[in-house]
Amino acid sequence: MTITQEAIVPKFDDDTETDRKLAIICSKGNLDMAYPGLILGNAALGEGVETHLFFTFWGFDMITKSRMHDLKFTPVGNTATHMPMGITPFPGVTGMATHQLKKSIADLGVPEVPEFLDQIVAAGGHLWACRLSADMNHLTDADLYDGVEGIISASDFIELTNGAQLLFI
Amino acid sequence: MPLTTMNGREIHVNDEGFLTEYDEWDEDLAKVLAKNIDIDLTDEHWRVLRFLRDDFKSQGETATTRRVQTVGGIPTKEQFTLFPKKPAKKMAYIAGLPKPHGCV
Repeated sequence: MTITQEAIVPKFDDDTETDRKLAIICSKGNLDMAYPGLILGNAALGEGVETHLFFTFWGFDMITKSRMHDLKFTPVGNTATHMPMGITPFPGVTGMATHQLKKSIADLGVPEVPEFLDQIVAAGGHLWACRLSADMNHLTDADLYDGVEGIISASDFIELTNGAQLLFI
Repeated sequence: MPLTTMNGREIHVNDEGFLTEYDEWDEDLAKVLAKNIDIDLTDEHWRVLRFLRDDFKSQGETATTRRVQTVGGIPTKEQFTLFPKKPAKKMAYIAGLPKPHGCV
């Protein structure tokens, strides 16, 4: 047992300004693939890291008001579910799998996608929508989740995240 | 496990400085812990700390920022204002609890 007179104070390392930045590109619109970016982004914010999420291609569903509440999970083609692949395309299987995944996530106290975005924005996270995806889907700011700061081009995003660590999901 | 002296008595902490004994904490000690990391405790801070203490007692683990929001009723934004940059760890430290293990 060590005896020390000095108070041991955790090093939160937040007195010096850090330039650590994290950029996460969310390119998937499946329910299961929406979560990695949200969880890691939220964790980074909790560690005081400036965090930007860029939603592109299928990932656009995560911030599209009409779709964000209704992302799905399918076992089709996903061998990691360990279901016999022959039955996965049957009607109702995707619905059942989605329901089950939502339940498992809720049981852990993890919010659904829209509420998770609320939490990320409240924690100071920045959400950006991809210009090309918006144009392809004929969507404007009005169609997107309110916390999205803007529809920006790929170059804008690259410029904005100068020096950031990057995750592509 | 190191022993450290705070507020005129010996306190068990881990290598990082987080308290390891739930019962060694009291509100006077919280003031010292808060001062160690440059936080002035207000009523709003106390609301968070008391929730964390009670929740740990019933759950056996430290609440995450998510839980402090949904169960404790303290909005995420407010948590970041009260305990800047790293709310989860700072709240736990001042409340004399381990760092939360949960991811969300």
